[in-house]
Amino acid sequence: MHVLAKRQDRQGAASPLRMVNVSRRGFMKGASGLALGLYMAPLLGRGGGARAADDGGEFAPNAFVRVTPDGEVVVIAKHIEMGQGTYTGLATLVAEELDADWASVRVEGAPADTQRYQNLAFGIQGTGGSTSIANAFEQMRRAGATARAMLVAAAAERLGVSPGSLGVSRSRVIHEASGRELGFGELAEAAAGRPVPGEVRLKSPERFTLIGRQWLMRKDGPAKTDGSARFTQDVQLDGMLIAVPAHPPRFGSRLAGVDDSAALAVPGVVASVRFPSPTRGGELVAVLASNTWAAIKGRDALTLEWDDSQAFTLGSEALEADYRERAGRPGDPVTARGDAAAALNEAERVIEADYVVPYLAHAAMEPLNCVVELGDDGCTIHNGEQWQTMDQQQVARLLGLEPERVTIHQLYAGGSFGRRANPVSDYVLEAVAIAKAARDQGQDAPIKMVWTREDDTRGGHYRPFNYHRARLALDADGNLTAWHQRLVGQSIMTGTPMESMLVEDGIDPTSVEGIAELPYAVPALNVELHTPGDIGVPVQWWRSVGHTHTAFSTESLIDEAAAAAGRDPYRYRRERLDAHPRWRGVLDLAAEKAGWSTPLEAGDEGVRRGRGIAVHQSFGSYVAQVAEVSVAGDGKLAVDRVVCAVDCGLAINPDMIRAQMEGGIGFALAAALHSELTLDEGRVQQSNFHDFQVLRLDEMPEIEVHIVPSAEAPTGVGEPGVPPLAPAVTNAIHAAIGRRIRRLPIGNRLEA
Amino acid sequence: MTTLTINGQTHEVDAPDDMPLLWAIRDLVGFTGTKYGCGRGLCGACTVHLDGQATRSCITPVSAVGEREITTIEAIADDPAGASVQRAWRELDVVQCGYCQSGQIMSATALLRGNPAPDDAAIDGAMSGNLCRCATYVRIRAAIHQAAETLGQEVS
Repeated sequence: MHVLAKRQDRQGAASPLRMVNVSRRGFMKGASGLALGLYMAPLLGRGGGARAADDGGEFAPNAFVRVTPDGEVVVIAKHIEMGQGTYTGLATLVAEELDADWASVRVEGAPADTQRYQNLAFGIQGTGGSTSIANAFEQMRRAGATARAMLVAAAAERLGVSPGSLGVSRSRVIHEASGRELGFGELAEAAAGRPVPGEVRLKSPERFTLIGRQWLMRKDGPAKTDGSARFTQDVQLDGMLIAVPAHPPRFGSRLAGVDDSAALAVPGVVASVRFPSPTRGGELVAVLASNTWAAIKGRDALTLEWDDSQAFTLGSEALEADYRERAGRPGDPVTARGDAAAALNEAERVIEADYVVPYLAHAAMEPLNCVVELGDDGCTIHNGEQWQTMDQQQVARLLGLEPERVTIHQLYAGGSFGRRANPVSDYVLEAVAIAKAARDQGQDAPIKMVWTREDDTRGGHYRPFNYHRARLALDADGNLTAWHQRLVGQSIMTGTPMESMLVEDGIDPTSVEGIAELPYAVPALNVELHTPGDIGVPVQWWRSVGHTHTAFSTESLIDEAAAAAGRDPYRYRRERLDAHPRWRGVLDLAAEKAGWSTPLEAGDEGVRRGRGIAVHQSFGSYVAQVAEVSVAGDGKLAVDRVVCAVDCGLAINPDMIRAQMEGGIGFALAAALHSELTLDEGRVQQSNFHDFQVLRLDEMPEIEVHIVPSAEAPTGVGEPGVPPLAPAVTNAIHAAIGRRIRRLPIGNRLEA
Repeated sequence: MTTLTINGQTHEVDAPDDMPLLWAIRDLVGFTGTKYGCGRGLCGACTVHLDGQATRSCITPVSAVGEREITTIEAIADDPAGASVQRAWRELDVVQCGYCQSGQIMSATALLRGNPAPDDAAIDGAMSGNLCRCATYVRIRAAIHQAAETLGQEVS
């Protein structure tokens, strides 16, 4: 997913079209085992004509927009709304070209339907890699423009004027010469009978009235502030049972014995069911109950025996020692430019440093869950669904159905950060397997599978633990002459349907994105990768994927180089970005807005303050951040303020771009300060928010976001705010107290 | 059977004494705006009011509720402070995924009822038990200040 943006970079192609072609071809190749078939992008305005709905003259010119007789404009969102603002963004694009009244626009989540609702960057339906707005930018506008043309044609006929004499504003078609006008609702039925135009003209940017405007409020705001927004956890169906599965204590443990007598004695518990685990191996057991509390209590009352003979049993220290040892050996070549070895030999000064980041859970506020209704010849899923095509295919395969017999109803997701797009469909398949086993064992009921917070924390599919070893060469003038970096970390793509498409010569590009093409001018760049294949901890993309660790090491190392050279870290970066104006643009803007050239205000007595900077490109968007920190006499750290500059091309919804930068900064700060999963003989030691800590309100810095004005094609903002934050903070700590942080989380180490 | 008064209506629920109020409200009565996030009183997503006091319903057994009146997000607009909080939340577009926001709004409303003009330290104290993984905290803080302002204007 994210790799697609990455490949786009590699090939230097800026146009979304190029990305589409590359990725679709790739996905077809990679996913052929799933019989995805050849999906064509929906050809809006050509064929597949408009339809008038049976019930009352609704106008649905294409798969993305409907106009009701009372004038409501319904936008069908092919991407999940998990907080990133996509529903509002997609609606903005449609409404812009339709000239719809924003207040009359409502958004519905699209069902699973790969042909109509695929992500044009992937060739399958799914959300990720900060691609939603980028891939849908033209498609949604065409959908709106097509609908507009048909409404205008209907109005022209009714008024007996030429379409060219009509204008549209706020859902009304206006004949200025005569002062007559008609609302969209009045025209809906007639518009449905018009031919779909073959070509539509899109607005030139100076005619935009919604895109780029600050005042558009989120479409999901009201429902998410009065309790009415529906998440998977909120689904209630007649006769539904709640299922809570028991997961193994270690990855790879096999269930060897079950005593469910205490569980069955819990009031409300209906049954325990054994089911073959679709992704964990062997059988597992789930407890079914009439309410969630009983199901949890029943599950916790199971007495289970586990066979650990095939389980992963390393602890974190042993794992790190193993990675450290691998980092001492040459790895698979990723980038080999210039002669790094010679430069290191001739260097005036060599910086040697190891950077380490832990496993991380996504820890969305809504723990994983999924609702399954099995029918006689089909299956209905209710889910905050991020990975439609793959989940639909996998569920169909598990049930022996045709994929189109698997209906997926879209709901809001209470966060995801990547987790709900599981590359092996783990939680969706688990829910289906439980429902199937329950039916086979006489419990034919809709099933809501619920994981507890503890299950969610310990459920695997983490941001991979990573160990980086770097050697940087500086000449007598402090200039970088070589950058050699070795990365050790599990592959996210290997073992998934994406492997054959993405992993080449043993290199998973998501392991090295963000460093493979380091932007800084350095004569020799040598990047190597070790991909341990024998680690039993399942890993997954986590908001900004490989950039989560590569930005931390590279933006710390360039700071180390600047410090070794006795140079200003902002200017040292800047001088090495001549060939990358957009990198330099955000770097300059962040530095200027943060007042980089003026001294930081002093702290209270005994408090040392520092300012740090970092810049990174991910998913086609460029972000620079300046962090200001205070370190008290006792070592207590506070991140006071972060100034952020972002270049994401044309800004569709500026306030949501700001919101995503703010949220990305807070999400990244949690990982920088607190979050860490550790293993004790293979057991995940953390379980809930007391020991897997995330950010709290009192730790949130002041944030300023500045958006670079741009006419470039829009790129995503869900992830790119994350990568630069950790190095900006640790560089600030170095500026404050002279201590280099090379391991996350920072925790309370400064207090020791 | 246990009698619960939720949003001004009484409900007879067949809940064992140790069932947390959260699950009685959600699964037995059917108000789903109150969320499950952690089950241990660590995240605040389950926050409701008991006689106006912000309370973590996930660690409050139904047997401990007694006669107290339960208010959930579904009825918070009836409270002037709650309505001003909701309005500020919408005007500043606080929400992202939205899952924690019922709890945030319940905690913020309780704060404003006790302290009509909270400073940042008071907001830190009242709100740091409500996690938001989307980290909408900048806007939560701003929205509480804004709600306090509009509430103050309405009162004066």
